[in-house]
Amino acid sequence: MSEPIVEIKDIHKHYGSLEVLKGVDFSVNEGEVICLVGRSGSGKSTLLRCINLLEKPDGGIIKVFGQDILHIKNINSYRAQVGMCFQQFNLFNNMNVLENCVKPQLKVLKISKAEATEKALKFLDKVGMKKFASADVRTISGGQKQRVAIARALCMNPKLMLFDEPTSALDPEMVGEVLTIMKELANEGLTMIIVTHEMNFARDVSDRVVFMDQGRIEEEGTPKKLFNNPESERTAAFLKASINK
Amino acid sequence: MFISNCIDILNKYGSSLMLGVRTTLVVALTGTVLGLLLGLFVGGFRAVKLDFTASPASHFLKGFFDVIANIYITVFRGTPMMVQAVFIYYALLDIIHWDKLPAAIFVISINTGAYMAEIIRSGIQAVDPGQTEAARSLGMSNSQTMFSVVIPQAIKNAFPAIGNEFIVNIKDSSVLMIISITELMFQAKSIAGSTFHFTETYFIEALIYLILTSIASLILNTIEKRMNTTVRLSLPSSETDNITVNYLSKKEEK
Ligand SMILES: Nc1ncnc2c1ncn2[C@@H]1O[C@H](COP(=O)(O)OP(=O)(O)OP(=O)(O)O)[C@@H](O)[C@H]1O
Ligand SMILES: [Mg+2]
Repeated sequence: MSEPIVEIKDIHKHYGSLEVLKGVDFSVNEGEVICLVGRSGSGKSTLLRCINLLEKPDGGIIKVFGQDILHIKNINSYRAQVGMCFQQFNLFNNMNVLENCVKPQLKVLKISKAEATEKALKFLDKVGMKKFASADVRTISGGQKQRVAIARALCMNPKLMLFDEPTSALDPEMVGEVLTIMKELANEGLTMIIVTHEMNFARDVSDRVVFMDQGRIEEEGTPKKLFNNPESERTAAFLKASINK
Repeated sequence: MFISNCIDILNKYGSSLMLGVRTTLVVALTGTVLGLLLGLFVGGFRAVKLDFTASPASHFLKGFFDVIANIYITVFRGTPMMVQAVFIYYALLDIIHWDKLPAAIFVISINTGAYMAEIIRSGIQAVDPGQTEAARSLGMSNSQTMFSVVIPQAIKNAFPAIGNEFIVNIKDSSVLMIISITELMFQAKSIAGSTFHFTETYFIEALIYLILTSIASLILNTIEKRMNTTVRLSLPSSETDNITVNYLSKKEEK
């Protein structure tokens, strides 16, 4: 077996006196789809954000694509290889849908505008947003925004995608359109780490579910094992509460 | 009596008043534009928040820049422009032997720049930080993020305040008469001095300022309105979205 794409060893993170990550070990293999679940405040976002260095851990080792990212030279070109989608979409409001996908490519990948546009249209088509290419991003729905955000990330050819509650800010009728696309990406073999409260999705799509509790990984395993035979009481209690919601 | 004196002044001194208007507009407009550029630079760099990914050298340079920028802003907002004008004009006269008009434009530009820097900075702070995070997560650098994503939105947010600086400059350029450039206040003062019709001359002058600022705010309002309507609904009209597969509802059928 090849070595994991992401290898995290004993990372810690404090905000002031609050210890948010209390020694997390975690690894992800190529092509794996991981769902990260847990209560609010358990450190899921913080862990995800450490992986693309939006936060810097206070201690531990993070190796991604075989390199130690905490001592990396070119952070920007590293980040370009790790896509991230946020709960609030975070599209650029001064650009239309197409420009949102083209601009970062021009700035970071330094390719020609024609090439960037072609790629952008390809991915916008993939998420069903091609015909909205010239739309102002402030005028489209939440589900459409998240699909554009996914296309924008895909344009950078990421080898790993991080999703932080991509559907939590959406109206219920729009959740499906976003999850459908994520499922498609999973089936295509993209490596993904997804923080989510959508338990049905986690059960159906992920190769492994990781349950975080109070800054630690309490339990991880295949969805089948975690949902049917959890080892830990806490995991069982959490999953029971989330599924019956 | 008053009216006929006014008409006499307009007939006799119309061309020197027009010269005054021209100088005032040139000074106010170039001062605002150069001040805006300066403010973008200073305000933009002041708003950059270096994260841990920046090198120690950039942290040092940024700290140094912040100190200089703070001093600049404090000094130029904290002293009267009239004093800045005489001081800078005479202090540099022996060194660069400059003319009065470029000196006046220089002074009003750096004075405006200090105000613009603060206007731009608060415009930047009003831009949602999530967009900055997204840009960084895509691999864009601090400055690429600032100039492609944040500043264009900051300028839009700050447009009313930026426009207001232009109006203020039309009026406040009058203090630059202290270094004898031929702007409106200076012209009016010389006309009053030779006709002794002080009330009439300054009445006309006030009226001209009022007309200039009214036209300027009309133009600015139009631009602002046009900027806001570019948030047009550019959606394809009747077409609906083709991704309708609802993952969750499919799930429930099982
Ligand atoms: N920038 C910050 N400064 C201070 N405290 C923070 C910061 N970011 C997160 N925290 C705190 O760290 C803890 C863990 O936050 P984190 O966002 O990782 O949780 P989470 O598991 O993603 O929760 P949620 O499901 O609510 O998103 C929380 O108590 C939060 O208040
Ligand atoms: Mg979170």
